[in-house]
Amino acid sequence: MGLISKLNKAFDHRIRLGIMSILVVNDHADFKTLKELLDVTDGNLASHSKALEKEDFIRVEKTFINRKPNTKYIATENGKTAFQEHITALEKIISNTD
Amino acid sequence: MDNQKYLQDIQEIRSLMSKSTRFISLSGMSGVLAGTYALLGGIAGYFILQNATYDRSYGTFERLLKTPFEQNTSLQILIVAGAVLGLSIISAFILTKSKAAKLKQRIWNAQSIRLIKNFIIHLSIGGLFTLTLFQYELIGLVAPAMLVFYGLACIQAAPYTLGTVKYLGISCAILGLINTQFIGYGLYFWTAGFGLCHIIYGAVMHYKYDRN
Repeated sequence: MGLISKLNKAFDHRIRLGIMSILVVNDHADFKTLKELLDVTDGNLASHSKALEKEDFIRVEKTFINRKPNTKYIATENGKTAFQEHITALEKIISNTD
Repeated sequence: MDNQKYLQDIQEIRSLMSKSTRFISLSGMSGVLAGTYALLGGIAGYFILQNATYDRSYGTFERLLKTPFEQNTSLQILIVAGAVLGLSIISAFILTKSKAAKLKQRIWNAQSIRLIKNFIIHLSIGGLFTLTLFQYELIGLVAPAMLVFYGLACIQAAPYTLGTVKYLGISCAILGLINTQFIGYGLYFWTAGFGLCHIIYGAVMHYKYDRN
């Protein structure tokens, strides 16, 4: 049970896990890119990104490109560390039970 | 079992990290075609040079502009090289577009733009430097410099696309370095690098990634 308790509840969903995976290896990603890569609906992506934002794992920057609103997502240092710990925990669980 | 879910999580993370940074629609077959054009271009170049008449009375650029076409070796070579480049880009675009459609990816996305940016920046710096070699008439170093800079541009672009591109880059750069010790054999090294290497690594990419 000790190992499993190290898993972060915030990442216990395919979409939130996906958002973090993309943002830790890219400086930033916009809404459209995330939507395409994760293959999810607008509403789904919006609610899950909001959840991550609330945890202070990602931050959102809203700008205008050619007068069109553009939403940029960036992983915070806090989020990167938490995600790294989550992956380490996942790997440990898998290697322990093999 | 829960364990299955965790394993799936890890695989999903890995796949998204790669998919979000690398442009995976680059077609291997387009490398093979580019290599073939370069090989044919190399052969054409060989025959052009066989019939070359040298006239050293003007500077390089002046000679390029003033000599009539039939005797203008430089212009003929430039046209062949331009054709090789143009055909390669067109084939790469068409084949990559159709592969992207198959993978349900857009051809212009964040990944492809990043790939092209990283490739073009390095290639154009090298290209400008190579032009200065022309300027100072260090013609023997032109082919090696092209191979070295092209190789470096490929190595630089490789993290943003299929990994095989890195080995193509390393091979071209090494051929360029060897060429510096065999000045005057530029055409052979050029054909080996831009021709054979592209065919070999293009085929590797095709078998590794494109065959379904």
